[in-house]
Amino acid sequence: MFDLALLVQGLPLLLAGLWNTVWLSACGLALGFLIGIGVCSLKLSERGALRRLGGAYISVFRGIPLLIQLLFIYYLLPRLGLDIPAWVAAIAGLALCSGAYLAEILRGGLLTLPVGQVEAARLLGLRGRTILTRIKLPQALRATLPALLNEVILLIKASSLISAVGLAELTRTAQNLAASSFLQLQFYLAAAVLYCIVNISLALLAGQLERRFEKGRA
Amino acid sequence: MNQSAAKRGAGDVMLEARGMSKRFGDHTVLQDINLSIQRSEVVCLIGPSGSGKSTLLRSLAFLENYDDGEVFVEGELLGYDRASDGRRVRSRPSRLSDVRRNMGMVFQQFNLWPHLSVLENVMEALLRVRGMKRDDAHRLALATLEKVGLAEKAGAWPNRLSGGQQQRVAIARSLAMSPAIMLFDEPTSALDPELVGEVLQVMRQLAEEGMTMVVVTHEMGFAARVADRVLFLDQGHIVEQGPPTRLFRHPQSPRLAQFLGNYLERNSLFEAAPALNRVDD
Ligand SMILES: Nc1ncnc2c1ncn2[C@@H]1O[C@H](COP(=O)(O)OP(=O)(O)OP(=O)(O)O)[C@@H](O)[C@H]1O
Ligand SMILES: [Mg+2]
Repeated sequence: MFDLALLVQGLPLLLAGLWNTVWLSACGLALGFLIGIGVCSLKLSERGALRRLGGAYISVFRGIPLLIQLLFIYYLLPRLGLDIPAWVAAIAGLALCSGAYLAEILRGGLLTLPVGQVEAARLLGLRGRTILTRIKLPQALRATLPALLNEVILLIKASSLISAVGLAELTRTAQNLAASSFLQLQFYLAAAVLYCIVNISLALLAGQLERRFEKGRA
Repeated sequence: MNQSAAKRGAGDVMLEARGMSKRFGDHTVLQDINLSIQRSEVVCLIGPSGSGKSTLLRSLAFLENYDDGEVFVEGELLGYDRASDGRRVRSRPSRLSDVRRNMGMVFQQFNLWPHLSVLENVMEALLRVRGMKRDDAHRLALATLEKVGLAEKAGAWPNRLSGGQQQRVAIARSLAMSPAIMLFDEPTSALDPELVGEVLQVMRQLAEEGMTMVVVTHEMGFAARVADRVLFLDQGHIVEQGPPTRLFRHPQSPRLAQFLGNYLERNSLFEAAPALNRVDD
């Protein structure tokens, strides 16, 4: 059931799969973050039309399973004459989907911010974008760090779905190795360990950040 | 003759409201407010809870968009622009900031930014609005903190300070932008009684230096000693105004008399030292 030699032999492939998982998720999350900030700003806008637009975005991209979004992007865009590589489809899918969740998390964080802080900033002459990046977001990020970490971990795990567009990320690589070697447990266990290493590292990092932020609080 | 006294001439109007009113839905909170504040004048706004003091002050800073009438800051219309068809439209944010550039405001809840240190709170607008170099901003921020007696707290987090210290930081943050007019909305109401004095002391010093100030306050002692003029607001109207000695000694309207009566009764019952002495050093 376990064969160390085969594991060592498969390890480069597994690590390559892990690398795909990590960099595609990282890019997807980074873009998703920007989308999240944008959609969240729409939802908090004073204009009803913009609020509805933000709401519609969230409904759509939170409502449709990520797998279907990925397949849609991968098969629809070429029909429209846009020939995109699989990794672009993967990042786009992850970004669009995580953007919807991150928007709601950030909105929750921004809503707890006392409006007086923003009024004080406005009266001092700070402009909207500066207020967002210097006053609102830093505090929203601190306030929602645990929820953000959750979302990041969920997305990294959900990124196994990008194998549907033909990318050999960690889960698919483990599947392939398991199938060819008939050592299912060994390679799924290896994949599980690698996922855990990534996600536990993230949790530790988040914990560090949280302790750093705590210093500023009474 | 000192500079502030020389500048204080008739016609040197810093802040003016003409026929200003404000509604929240059907509820008219301010009605036909006319008000003119001269350079270096200290005006205290008093009145019962819910009379519209905060709304008036916030309208003068366009934190509330008043409905009718006009507010002028150093002669410039605040918050609105005249469109070509004569109607008025909300100013763009950059225009609004420009008209308010010489205005500072201090809030009851301090509204410091808790994720920035005391020094960073004071430096932020210097860097990002004034476009000052870091060194210069640092120096000016420290000097301003020095002025409110908090230079040694520059590196502290706001939430580690006492309420009185936080409010003095908030004053410094505003002051660093060298405003010509400062608005205060009950700056000491969120403070423990023993911390009120240190904040009033700073404000009194500002007044002596010739700052134009509009102060919403329940500190009658401060109003009596520092204000050039006291306005009594009730149900959205300016019911009575004048120098503090006249207003406090000889209230004309029954409402003001009643308001002052309540105030004196409360404070003589519960305070050993009369509140009027609180500003004394
Ligand atoms: N944002 C708002 N929406 C609706 N009504 C409001 C709003 N802000 C104030 N009001 C109402 O306007 C009236 C005046 O309120 P305001 O806060 O100006 O009173 P105040 O004189 O400052 O009272 P206090 O001494 O309690 O601070 C009150 O009846 C209040 O309920
Ligand atoms: Mg008030």
